[in-house]
Amino acid sequence: MRYHTPQTFEDAARIAAAAQGVTRFLAGGTDVLVQMRAGMVQPDDLIDLKHIPGTQDIARTEDGGWRIGIAVPGIALGGHEALCADWPGVVEGMELVGSTQIQGRATLAGNLCNGSPAADSVPGLITAGAVVEITGPAGTRTLPVEDVPQGPGRTALKPGELVSAIILPPRGDYGGDCYLRFIPRTEMDIAVVGCAVNLRLKGGVIAEARVALGAVAPTVMLVPEAAAAIVGTALDAAAEEALAQAATAAAKPISDKRGTAEFRREVAGVLAKRAARIAFARAKGDTA
Amino acid sequence: MAKDEYREFRLVGTRPDRPDGLDKVTGRARYGADMTAPGMLWGAVVRSPHAHARIVKIDTSKAEALEGVKAVVTRADLPTGLTGEDWDLQENTLAGERALYDGHAVAAVAATSALIAQEAARLVEVDYEVLPHVTDVDAAMAPDAPVIREGAADPTVPEGMHPNVVKYFAFDHGDVEAGFAQADLVMERTYKTEATHQGYIEPHACLGQLGSDGKGEMWVCTQGQWFIRRMCAAVVGIEAAQLRVTPSEIGGGFGGKTTIFMEPLSLALSRKAGGRPVKIVMSRSEVLRATGPTASASMDVKIGMKKDGTITAGKATFRMQGGAFPGAPVDMALYCAFAPYKMPAVECEGFDVLANRPKCAAYRAPGSPMGAFAVESLLDEMCRKLGIDPMDMRMKNAVREGDRAAYGPKFGSIGLVEVLEATRAHPNLSIPLGLNQGRGIASGYWFNHGGETSVSMAISEDGTAQVSVGTPDIGGSRASIALMTAETLGIPYEDVRVNVVETGALGVNEPTHGSRATFASGKAAVEAAQHAIKEMCRRAAAEWGIEPEAVEWVDGAAQPAGPNAGKFPPMTIAEIAGKMGSTGGPISGHHESVPGGVGESFGCHVVDVEVDPETGGVKILRYLVVQDAGRAIHPSYVEGQYQGGAAQGIGWALNEGYIYGEDGRLQNPVFLDYRVPVASDLPMIDTVIVEVPNPGHPYGVRGVGETGITPPLPAIANAIQAATGARLTELPMNPPRVLAAIKAAKAG
Repeated sequence: MRYHTPQTFEDAARIAAAAQGVTRFLAGGTDVLVQMRAGMVQPDDLIDLKHIPGTQDIARTEDGGWRIGIAVPGIALGGHEALCADWPGVVEGMELVGSTQIQGRATLAGNLCNGSPAADSVPGLITAGAVVEITGPAGTRTLPVEDVPQGPGRTALKPGELVSAIILPPRGDYGGDCYLRFIPRTEMDIAVVGCAVNLRLKGGVIAEARVALGAVAPTVMLVPEAAAAIVGTALDAAAEEALAQAATAAAKPISDKRGTAEFRREVAGVLAKRAARIAFARAKGDTA
Repeated sequence: MAKDEYREFRLVGTRPDRPDGLDKVTGRARYGADMTAPGMLWGAVVRSPHAHARIVKIDTSKAEALEGVKAVVTRADLPTGLTGEDWDLQENTLAGERALYDGHAVAAVAATSALIAQEAARLVEVDYEVLPHVTDVDAAMAPDAPVIREGAADPTVPEGMHPNVVKYFAFDHGDVEAGFAQADLVMERTYKTEATHQGYIEPHACLGQLGSDGKGEMWVCTQGQWFIRRMCAAVVGIEAAQLRVTPSEIGGGFGGKTTIFMEPLSLALSRKAGGRPVKIVMSRSEVLRATGPTASASMDVKIGMKKDGTITAGKATFRMQGGAFPGAPVDMALYCAFAPYKMPAVECEGFDVLANRPKCAAYRAPGSPMGAFAVESLLDEMCRKLGIDPMDMRMKNAVREGDRAAYGPKFGSIGLVEVLEATRAHPNLSIPLGLNQGRGIASGYWFNHGGETSVSMAISEDGTAQVSVGTPDIGGSRASIALMTAETLGIPYEDVRVNVVETGALGVNEPTHGSRATFASGKAAVEAAQHAIKEMCRRAAAEWGIEPEAVEWVDGAAQPAGPNAGKFPPMTIAEIAGKMGSTGGPISGHHESVPGGVGESFGCHVVDVEVDPETGGVKILRYLVVQDAGRAIHPSYVEGQYQGGAAQGIGWALNEGYIYGEDGRLQNPVFLDYRVPVASDLPMIDTVIVEVPNPGHPYGVRGVGETGITPPLPAIANAIQAATGARLTELPMNPPRVLAAIKAAKAG
């Protein structure tokens, strides 16, 4: 195995593009190192990205959004007051990953690129409208987060490409988001169902909304029908019920060791309702 | 109550730091994987990916050709002609003609590094012919079930049963039908429990060495070094006394480390590699796939009850699979199931059934939690139907001293009534519950075990004492044995060092199992100390020129027994010890026996849960353990046993369980998906130590380690019904099952 510590994303992309065998990028390493240890993957080239300047930074963008470095660990997101104030749903998704020790290493970029349909930080990124900056042999491009996952363990990244930053849009006024997951325990578990809701109010009514579900399909999925069920409402009981039904109807889960398909469909609706309530309260400025 | 405030003893009942504590919290303690030796090789095990398959051919040539590989062993390297349990152990160590479960070892390699060994294991080519498999106990008894092994059944099995039924077990007394006829309510239900793993934090690890001269040594994480010695010697074909086994510190066992798994492989590999020591450390996945979980069970229970709560009769038929070998604890389950109740009539039968799963091992009160789940669940439902308080029902039917146990013998001194009284008096029972919350109560029972026990103690030149015991310290037994020894000798706790010693240092000891270490090794240590006291009194008498019988031992010193014995100042243990060389030589005490006088322990648990009606998630709000300890030598470690048993029982009840796919492969061989409770899942578990001293032990000890895992399974099922109206009869009661049960209950 060859271990690389490039100083720029362009160098990292060049190394990856030239590599012949199995290649893995290393940021926090909380997936890759575990997979190596379990014998699931034995990379020929391991490219450590943490040494690239800026990868540990959280910075305001010119338009008032956020640029998050690909090696920023969960604990740094949680400790960033302004980011938490803008996007609590994004941060709380990331903070659910693993234990305190894992939080010191695990990153948004890694959680996204691991390609798990149950990734806890991805639904919140999708509903926030986040995009990733991708560096590759052909230069730099951006892609909405919802277009990155392509199936379990697969992403839209081409050979030699890697995520070089995560960009969140400006929060704006009267917005709120939330991520909830269901696990049988209280922590240290993988989402059986996850749901993020992001919405914006205008005059007490939901003007815009995005709803995403995790762990109920081969990829985290954006559910426009669920969002449509609450737009134009003040999240009354009927709207909540319509939202739950839309989420349940959109879910395409499998039955596996973590839960049955029937259970996941039902709980997708429950979580959508609960997440929407919290996002709504946050949009109104309530502390929830 | 624990006598922290009004003690009868100087030391017994106090809470000093455990002697092994500092090493354990600083990381200095040496566990199974912490030992290395010069010239050491690393072992790795090749395991079957199939639930049931004929081994057509094993080609080891590529593995042997890899640089750094020093030995490869298959079953052909082990002796033939073993019978009975020895054959079972050998067959489980390395598969012979067939792999019998997913994870069954088929070969092993030793190499100069762990990575080379793992690579070599991948290079061992095994041709399998996959055979039909069965993993469910009821399916394994069905007429069309694949036969795991012809001729495995013992003579107890009635004719006409499927060959997978390998043992039949039954007992009864009284007229069960007459009992049911007298009852106002007779109910019958079927319950199922899934296999669970002991889940010890430390995976199995050993360092074994065996020369061509048949002499060997082993460092191993185990509950019982003599069991390791006997079993390994049988499997690899050497004489027991030629193998010296030293136990490491142990990161949990719960019964699962009372037998062998990969330990004989380290010896077989070492023998083949010219006697170089071989270390094998299991991964978590190997632990879950191939070391002993408990059995899974399918149980029918029928009970009759009068309107006033009097139980008139009980009937139980239990079926358990304990993997591809005999040994499911169906007998223990039936013994314990009705134990807390006066049963005018019982009829119990049990079936031990083979299935394509790993060979089960003991797990904390083996069998008792399953039996309790069935009986205590049904009793709770009957109380509900009859409108009886479940505590009243338990008190009305509680066994007392002199009562005949449901399984036959007469109980001696027992503390069930005291436990129930303490439970009823506890403030947790009167805390009001809110919406979606419910309270569940259940009782539990476990025996206590004597077992072969050999202990030596010796007085040092400075008057301090060392005690050599053969029972590895899992839950604080060094501390409790030191307390009892110091109490007996009349010296400070800190002046006693208790050592867990290797097989060469003592006669045969059974493992730390059956809740026996503090009872049996403790009793023997007290006996040994009394031997030494007698000798010290004799030496003082000789110096004073009086009869030994005229000397008594008080507060760590010999003194004349009365005014007529003579006038001499007390002679302290340090004074006597200081001149032992000129007064007759070393002073020591020894005791060996299979101690009688075991003290059974009853417990009662009360749990409050809150159930999320929309997801089926169950939260434990509050948990109370009340249990009879006889006498708590070190109350903190007794409380620790109570809390640990409850924590494991909560896991078994809610989310733990072996999940097999259609292909018979274990789906969840990692802690991510084999869901033991995490710290945040549990409230601080409240404990009450009831003390009804065991007259069979010098300080009144009852074994306390196991009873605590028994009541949680039914207590939580009972609480879920109280919270939701839904009765669950199958474990684990995970959210999908609870949610489905809530919906079914609502639908009526």
